[in-house]
Amino acid sequence: MVGRWFDSKGWRDIVISVPFLWLLVFFLVPFVIVVAMSFARRAELSPPIAFLDHWTYLQTGNFARLLDDSLYLRAFLTSLWNAGLATLFCLLIGYPMALGITRVTRSWRNLLLMLVILPFWTSFLLRVYAWMGLLGANSWFNKALTGLVNTILPADRAMSSIPMMNSNFAVVLVMVYSYLPFMILPLYANLEKLDQTLNEAATDLGSRPWQVFKDITLPLSIPGIIAGGLLVFIPASGELVIPSLVGNASDPMIGRVISDEFSSARDWPMASAVAVALLLALVLPIMAYTHFEKRAQERVEGRA
Amino acid sequence: MVAEGHKPFIRIEAVSKHFGGFTAVDGVSLDIMKGEMFALLGGSGCGKTTLLRMLAGFEDPSAGRIFIDGQDMAAIPPYERPVNMMFQSYALFPHMTVEANVGYGLKYESMSKPERMRLVREMLELVQLQDFGARKPHQLSGGQRQRVALARALARQPKLLLLDEPLAALDKKLREHTQFEIMNIQQRTGITFVVVTHDQEEAMTLADRIAVMDKGVIRQVGPPGDIYERPNSRFVAGFIGSINMFDADAVKDGQGVALSVPALGCVIRAADIAASAGDRLSLAVRPEKITISRERPANAVNCVSGAVKDMAYFGKDSLFRVELPSGALVSVSSVNHARGHGTQMPDWGERVWLSFEPSTAIVLKV
Repeated sequence: MVGRWFDSKGWRDIVISVPFLWLLVFFLVPFVIVVAMSFARRAELSPPIAFLDHWTYLQTGNFARLLDDSLYLRAFLTSLWNAGLATLFCLLIGYPMALGITRVTRSWRNLLLMLVILPFWTSFLLRVYAWMGLLGANSWFNKALTGLVNTILPADRAMSSIPMMNSNFAVVLVMVYSYLPFMILPLYANLEKLDQTLNEAATDLGSRPWQVFKDITLPLSIPGIIAGGLLVFIPASGELVIPSLVGNASDPMIGRVISDEFSSARDWPMASAVAVALLLALVLPIMAYTHFEKRAQERVEGRA
Repeated sequence: MVAEGHKPFIRIEAVSKHFGGFTAVDGVSLDIMKGEMFALLGGSGCGKTTLLRMLAGFEDPSAGRIFIDGQDMAAIPPYERPVNMMFQSYALFPHMTVEANVGYGLKYESMSKPERMRLVREMLELVQLQDFGARKPHQLSGGQRQRVALARALARQPKLLLLDEPLAALDKKLREHTQFEIMNIQQRTGITFVVVTHDQEEAMTLADRIAVMDKGVIRQVGPPGDIYERPNSRFVAGFIGSINMFDADAVKDGQGVALSVPALGCVIRAADIAASAGDRLSLAVRPEKITISRERPANAVNCVSGAVKDMAYFGKDSLFRVELPSGALVSVSSVNHARGHGTQMPDWGERVWLSFEPSTAIVLKV
């Protein structure tokens, strides 16, 4: 009886419905609440929101402000620019690392992969604070770097320190450091699956090693590049902690704006509107990704 | 076939390859002639693929030297060798069309685009895939992929084409067809082919000459007929085709040296026994060289009798397994000349006579 119940279609439906239920309760419902809130206005209530009391019940003022006030657009652009730079540098640093890991013996591979995820064992906040210590004007790192730079600068131009803290440079640097594993791991997973015989075939057909890379490895690793790129770009564009701690307060990223609207200004509807706008800006690349992924899958299926 | 006295096109000189403590290829020397279709035949792990990979340049010999067209290959990377390879898995580039796959080897050659396209089309015509140029490999059948791989390897017009188990991934029908296609292409292009295979039938039909390999060593080199009819060792005799093999002792009698074969229970005459009395030898006879009859054949030199234990009908021939008084089993294959099976055939348990000519007996020392 029980066995039949476990085999039954109803049971299968329950198993399948668990993740859907999870997403519904913890993702879709909150998302709908946020979207709804973005059409409300700020009020001295608890919670501090008020809708219109007549049809359509919705106010589009928040979105109008989003376009009006250049603060928001600037914050969006800063976020996308910083996240884009961080993604680019993660790719430039992570690709050779991922490729290198696939080309060593199995025991070395495991060790190197372990080292890639090792930083996760220390608190993320602690690591950002460590960077603050390194980048600050009085740190040994800054002093040593300054000394090095001063050796090539004329004496009258000598600097007392390099202003690295509280800049977009610091934000991008720390984001690259923090998100690098998210680039390396999907890239490694992709590159590791590639058939080495294809490289041999290309070599056999007269291609030098870099031509083999350009013609075979690189195009076949595009799904990995896209996966790693999105895993870095999406959280980086909404990043709050790193720009708050090492960033330039006068040139905030969008996460900082949402946080400020929500807590300091107590303008939940405006914070929601910014969040919805950010989400839209990020959903489009994901849709593009699924599209490319599908095409790449079709391509890879051809491999014998 | 290869004329004698030609200068070897490929010379493999005492080549060895060690992987850690394992010796994959052990002091192999081999000459291959220009335009020859040469097969390296052996079981898995015999070193044939390693030898092929050394010709392609993917492995460096631990010892010895390889010359192709008189040029020492030691310092020459794979991408500069006049050699192309057809991989067992075909290794087609999944993200490129058939045309781009075939043309890939010409990509970094200095030639104009129309010239390249012309060559690609020529190659596709050679393998009869001219209408498939725009397809991706995953849109092709196994046999078509195999032909794309062949066309891609031929496009650079190499001096030497290496084929790693070219037919292994094809089903039986397609295999026979492709076999003849490969032979045809080899004759038309005149390129030297070296084929690695574990399939003796494939080697026999394809190759002008076969090298039988075992444990990194070449056991015998020769045309298929020689390997089959005159194997030089128990290993080669047993590896190629089916064979009856018995321990024998050389004995001297009034007519010269003969073989005393305990399993057959008699003395066997064989042509040219290069042994002296007392030598421990092996007698090997192919099943199709033995005649089976109900009556004792008159003037048969080598003749034994036994009872039919098994028989199998294959259409064009039948296989009998005859048990001798010693308990030894002898396989005999007999062509079914007459139509209608069974009437004039020996039946299960029937007493039969087996005979074979001295010239068909193979005498082996090792």
